[in-house]
Amino acid sequence: MLSTIVFSVLAVIALASGIAVFRVDSMARATYALAVSFVAVGALLLMFDLDYIGVITILMMVMEMAIMAIYMIMFMGMNPALMPMSMVHNKRWSAILAVGTFLLLAGGALLVPWPARSGSPATDLTASLGEAIMGSKMLVMLTVSPILFATIVAALVLANPRGRYDRWGDDLQRARPDDPQQGGLGK
Amino acid sequence: MTDAAGTNPAWALLAPVVLGLLALAAAALNGILVARAEGRTLRSGAAAPVFEVARLMRQRRRTTVAADVLLWRIGCSGLVVVALLKTAVIPVGPWVLADIPVAIVWFNAMDVMVWAVVWLIGWGANSAYSLIGGYRFLAQAVSYELPLMFALVTPAVAAHSLRVSDVIAAQQELWFIVWMPVAFVVFCLSVVAFSSWGPFATAASGDIAGGILTEVSGVDRLLILAGRYALLTTGAAFAVALFLGGGAGPLLPDWLWTLVKTLLLLAAFVVVRHRLPEVRPDRLAEVAWMIVLPVVLLQTLIVSIVVAVRG
Repeated sequence: MLSTIVFSVLAVIALASGIAVFRVDSMARATYALAVSFVAVGALLLMFDLDYIGVITILMMVMEMAIMAIYMIMFMGMNPALMPMSMVHNKRWSAILAVGTFLLLAGGALLVPWPARSGSPATDLTASLGEAIMGSKMLVMLTVSPILFATIVAALVLANPRGRYDRWGDDLQRARPDDPQQGGLGK
Repeated sequence: MTDAAGTNPAWALLAPVVLGLLALAAAALNGILVARAEGRTLRSGAAAPVFEVARLMRQRRRTTVAADVLLWRIGCSGLVVVALLKTAVIPVGPWVLADIPVAIVWFNAMDVMVWAVVWLIGWGANSAYSLIGGYRFLAQAVSYELPLMFALVTPAVAAHSLRVSDVIAAQQELWFIVWMPVAFVVFCLSVVAFSSWGPFATAASGDIAGGILTEVSGVDRLLILAGRYALLTTGAAFAVALFLGGGAGPLLPDWLWTLVKTLLLLAAFVVVRHRLPEVRPDRLAEVAWMIVLPVVLLQTLIVSIVVAVRG
């Protein structure tokens, strides 16, 4: 009974703050409404005894939204991020897509004949999660991580306005880096 | 989520009181150090936090034009809440609110909450200096967070567990500070950094008219200032559990040793403010990523090898 109430409250918070993301007129409020939504989802995961996944979801989503707040205000042209603005564009298609996705997922959750549980959960779910990722799925991880890493490096190289050749000279021989603002190591 | 062992309902009421008293002690020490530097009597310095609390409680709130009041209030009250949530996983002797299996990740998640909270304080006032303060904190946060994460991981690797009571139990023979000093130092510096304190207080520093503190007044200001001391306190208490053997020590009971060690570390944190200059976040970034991160990774690697060899 109590868990049903807690679950419902968290679910309502997750949904309501998810809706709020598109109803508010401020970038900051939209960002942190999304963060609240994710935190509620993280708390729901905690209810399934998925401690590690739940806490890590909260951790990563809050961090992500904090970083997003930096980028959105840094890169929005004319800085409308500091002014009231609408959070939606392409309204009709996004509404159709959103409703369609919701119906698909909710219909799936309700209509799929869920199998009965066979076996019992491990005593230490965090450890078994680690074994699952690092054991049988290790090959996938080993393949995925270099690709992800290469993507990050490539994106940084493309986006970086000043690389090491700008700083240390064409042959990287400069004694002191040429920085617009001095500071950091060895200066 | 909670384990029955060591959980006492009364502790739920007592823990915030202990946290508040320790934070007050830190504020008093800071007041004494300020008074000594200004040539006033030490007693006036020690009493300063109490008077400041009384003053701020009575002060009327200053308002700004077009402030985002909702987010501002959330931000201003957030630091204290985060510190209280951290307290939940910190054992003091036999008592702990929630000895959860992922307590170290919980602590980490809560210090990431500080990112959001401090930025919200800066954002809410609709004031340029406040916002710059909020951004300074985030710029600093991307420098300290990864070293902090590896500093947190290291004791967990050695103890084979993310549960704080297991980490304390693993230190029965040898405190972790002895063979992971780098992780300890990095953790302590990160605590000072996420508390926006001393050398890492540029988010609230004078060159931007107080930064995140520019426009906050009354109870809001009180909550932020108290929240910083509370964060320092929880950081010190967590360092005691992770690196200083928790309540281990001769003669005195566990809980007293935990408090004594926490107070000593907390005092060191407070003193740091009066000994070191502030570090600009952009300078910190390069040092943190080029030196501190590799060094703390090396520390984690060494500990992992030792653990693997010993089996």
